[in-house]
Amino acid sequence: MSHFFEMGGYAVFVWPAYAVTLAAIVLNVVWARRALARSREDARRRLGVRGEGP
Amino acid sequence: MTWTWFHRLGSPPYIYGLATRLTPWFAWPAALLIIGGLWGGLVLAPADYQQGDGFRIIYVHAPSAWMSLMVYTTMAIAAAVGLIWRIKVAHAVAASCAPIGASFTFAALVTGALWGQPMWGTYWEWDPRLTSELILLFLYLGYMGLRAGLEDTQRADRASAVLAVVGVVNVPIIHYSVTWWNSLHQAPSVMRLAKPTMAASMLVPLLMMLLGFTLFFGAVLLVRLRGEVLNRERSASWIREIVST
Repeated sequence: MSHFFEMGGYAVFVWPAYAVTLAAIVLNVVWARRALARSREDARRRLGVRGEGP
Repeated sequence: MTWTWFHRLGSPPYIYGLATRLTPWFAWPAALLIIGGLWGGLVLAPADYQQGDGFRIIYVHAPSAWMSLMVYTTMAIAAAVGLIWRIKVAHAVAASCAPIGASFTFAALVTGALWGQPMWGTYWEWDPRLTSELILLFLYLGYMGLRAGLEDTQRADRASAVLAVVGVVNVPIIHYSVTWWNSLHQAPSVMRLAKPTMAASMLVPLLMMLLGFTLFFGAVLLVRLRGEVLNRERSASWIREIVST
């Protein structure tokens, strides 16, 4: 198992590369959902609609 | 030929509902492909005979770089459609693309640097491929900055669309930079007309990652698109139904 994490001596390059890319994936999901929630909230306020949406 | 589908795609309530329904059809296959691609790339694929395990960076670098170009091209086409036919939904698509493209361009640059150091002996070189990719990041950031600076959505749509369309000249420059100039960066081994120059055990995980990232873009785009469609509608009764349920 530790052999796998060593990545043939390239661990310090391989794992940060994967971490950055997975961070981009996760952040895209978080940011997109947040942007949609904000737009819904703005629309609700603009139109004077009350209620909680999904 | 009937054009009703085209008109329906320009209708905000239709698009909002369609985007909501389609999102899981992109998100779940994307998740499965990316998990499968990671397993194949990190565990099943053999080490490269020259680059050892360092070559495994390709499974995150190439899909990120592909995203940076594909998302920009989508954004520029949507922006052009928005400018020419004055379709709000097209502008909404373009605006949704920018943050997605910017984040993956950043990932492409960072993973490329992390690959460059062990293989070329440097994190960064002012090389044609690297420099044009950095310009792409600035185009995305410029696009987002321009939008953020303009209060009126319609004006922001038009001004940013012009920037997106003009900036698309950078896309072929990035793609062909490794053939036009003498670049440190290697020539394409998958995105080329002839057969790919990789063994199947290495190639299949890469193709899974490329397809997985592309579907992931679709899913995130659809979520963002719903928000952008809401932003562009003023006191439309259909919004009332959506935001109150």
